[in-house]
Amino acid sequence: MIAALGPYAGFILLSYGAAILAAVGLTLWVILDHRRLRNTLAALEARGLTRRSARSAARLAPETPLETQA
Amino acid sequence: MSLSDLANPTRFLTLAGRLIPWLAGLTLVLFAVGLTLVARSPADYLQGETVRIMYIHVPSAWLSMLTYTIMAVSALGTLVWRHPLADVAARAAAPIGATFTALALVTGSLWGRPMWGTYWEWDARLTSVLVLFIMYLGLIALWRTIEDPTRGARAAAILILVGSVNLPIIKFSVDWWNTLHQPASVFRLGGPTIDATMLVPLAAMALAFTFLLITLHLAAMRNEILRRRIRALGLTAAGAIR
Repeated sequence: MIAALGPYAGFILLSYGAAILAAVGLTLWVILDHRRLRNTLAALEARGLTRRSARSAARLAPETPLETQA
Repeated sequence: MSLSDLANPTRFLTLAGRLIPWLAGLTLVLFAVGLTLVARSPADYLQGETVRIMYIHVPSAWLSMLTYTIMAVSALGTLVWRHPLADVAARAAAPIGATFTALALVTGSLWGRPMWGTYWEWDARLTSVLVLFIMYLGLIALWRTIEDPTRGARAAAILILVGSVNLPIIKFSVDWWNTLHQPASVFRLGGPTIDATMLVPLAAMALAFTFLLITLHLAAMRNEILRRRIRALGLTAAGAIR
């Protein structure tokens, strides 16, 4: 099959290899980065740190439906 | 959902979370279709099988410019409309654009060696694309250097807009100067000069690459929003300790 690519098969295969490396590399980068950031954010929130907008939203919204009825 | 709703990062995160799996699946399907068409496409009468490098090189070169165009529009969003997600979009796009530009340069060199007899020539097209790659790296370095995102956003936006002068230079370099690089053969007045048996696989691969860009950009924007939230929480924690 490689021979079917002619005398410059090495150049063609290297080009496609570089493209695969770039696509897989970028995909892994966003996936691993997302996992790391999500874990860090969860750890911070577990320590009781929340964003100002999340705090004000929590203050405005009733915590449980029962509280609303009471 | 209107465009202004997307200015809210929380809403954007929800939408991105829903869209990314579908976009990723569609990208895989498009690549499967594109690569099948490439495998079935004929060899060039002059270049032989080496023409297959075109199906990788041309889409990555287009995306290197499209990504910078996205960054330029985002820079306007930062400076003119002060859109909260504009700098997020620009910053998330830069590493992706840098990778596509590097891929265009590498595959161009690998195509050039058997066709031109050289890996590199300091002609207008090659040099202007190299400048684009250096612009991407410079912008990534700038964002990393300035810790305050607001200051970093404005400085980067100005630099992006200054650098966007390079885009028409890249596009028209083959018309304005004598270069080794061939002139435009797809987007040109008078229509494409490529035969349909090669144009269709090229268009399919370009579409697949474009969807890869959209998917990666959305995912990288989502990461950037999370990174900024973590930074804000870190500052809150530091303030509480003081």
